[in-house]
Amino acid sequence: MFDTALTAADFVFLAKGAGVTIIVTLISVLAGTILGILFGVFRYQVGAIWAAPLTFVLDIFRSIPLLIQLVLANAFIGTILQIRISGFTVACIVLSMYTAAFCSEIVRGGIEAVPATTRRAARSLGMTWGQDMREIVLPLATRVALPSWIGLALGVMKDSALVYVVQVTELLKSTQILITRLQEPLLLLLICGAFYFVISFPLARFGGYLEKRWSND
Amino acid sequence: MFNYTFQWKQALARLPQMLDGAIVTMQIAILSMAIGILLAVVLTMFRLSGNRALSAIAKTWVEIARNTPALFQIYMAHFGLGSFGIHLSPFASILLGITFNNAGYLTENFRGALKAIPDTQTRAGRSLGFGAAGAFRYIVLPQMLRISFLPMTNQMVWAILMTSLGVTVGMNSDLYGVTQDLNALTFRTFELFAVAAVIFYLITKVITLGARLVASRLFRY
Repeated sequence: MFDTALTAADFVFLAKGAGVTIIVTLISVLAGTILGILFGVFRYQVGAIWAAPLTFVLDIFRSIPLLIQLVLANAFIGTILQIRISGFTVACIVLSMYTAAFCSEIVRGGIEAVPATTRRAARSLGMTWGQDMREIVLPLATRVALPSWIGLALGVMKDSALVYVVQVTELLKSTQILITRLQEPLLLLLICGAFYFVISFPLARFGGYLEKRWSND
Repeated sequence: MFNYTFQWKQALARLPQMLDGAIVTMQIAILSMAIGILLAVVLTMFRLSGNRALSAIAKTWVEIARNTPALFQIYMAHFGLGSFGIHLSPFASILLGITFNNAGYLTENFRGALKAIPDTQTRAGRSLGFGAAGAFRYIVLPQMLRISFLPMTNQMVWAILMTSLGVTVGMNSDLYGVTQDLNALTFRTFELFAVAAVIFYLITKVITLGARLVASRLFRY
């Protein structure tokens, strides 16, 4: 049971897959968060009615399976617009929009959690809208939003396992390739699962810790 | 503008097949939620039991379910159990994978809901002569399920979206699987998957709106 055909080269292959998972996640979370903050502030600022079209579009990203989003984006860019871009780029674009959709919700919730009286006090002291946003809303909203944002970032990392559908060989896909070749599914899957767990678990714990610590005072 | 002719008719002609797929998708989601809720209640009782071994089981389950991709869990159900000689059908694998995931997330939701129920509730129940089990069953559990109704709705939506992963273990009767097979026949990728996306969107909307209606009826008091 303990002898395995797994070689050092296979480990390098898996590590490369893990690298792709991490890079796709970092790019998407970064781009998605920037977009999400813009969308979230916009939605809060213009009110529910004027933001309705944007809310609708973002809601689509949350209501259809990521797998279908990836296939559709790939078909749209590749066969309809006939633009030649790599699957990696498609994956990053779709995951960024996916992240932005969830992030705008978190940002809006964070801003709404800042008491209106606090903001009015800031404006009464002569602060401009920008100052109010930076000095008052940002620190207070971050406390509410950061734990959920960590959860979102980890969710995106786990969901990035689906980008295999646009021919990106990330960790789970490389595991599957090795399974097909070596026929040792259990060992390989355990290695793969351990990798996700080792990244996700401490960060999730940290998020939980922040939530507990910041909710009291 | 671009060199592409949309052929929606071809995709729409397959709508009945896709709707059949949607029904299978709903079946998987509903079954996995029903079993998931039962398991989550059991895991919550494990956590509250004070027994170290039982609460360790619950804790491990929750952490694995929450910290690994759903696709990984489905692979585990299909290929992982396969290496123990347990070969599940695609339907059973996807059901097991999603149920495992649901149970983990729901247990965590229940934990949050329990925090909102004051200890005095249990104590009042005990003073009225309920046993520990009775107090949980009749006093705490109904309140817990009520508080976590909205998170449960969210999880239901997730369960529906997750059914699309069944295709990776050979499932071809659910909405995504049917669409993929039709795509292999016709190559109208964009049209077919756009129709599938609309069906998924409508299903999730019906569920969230329906749940909101049900909640306003059920939780009037």
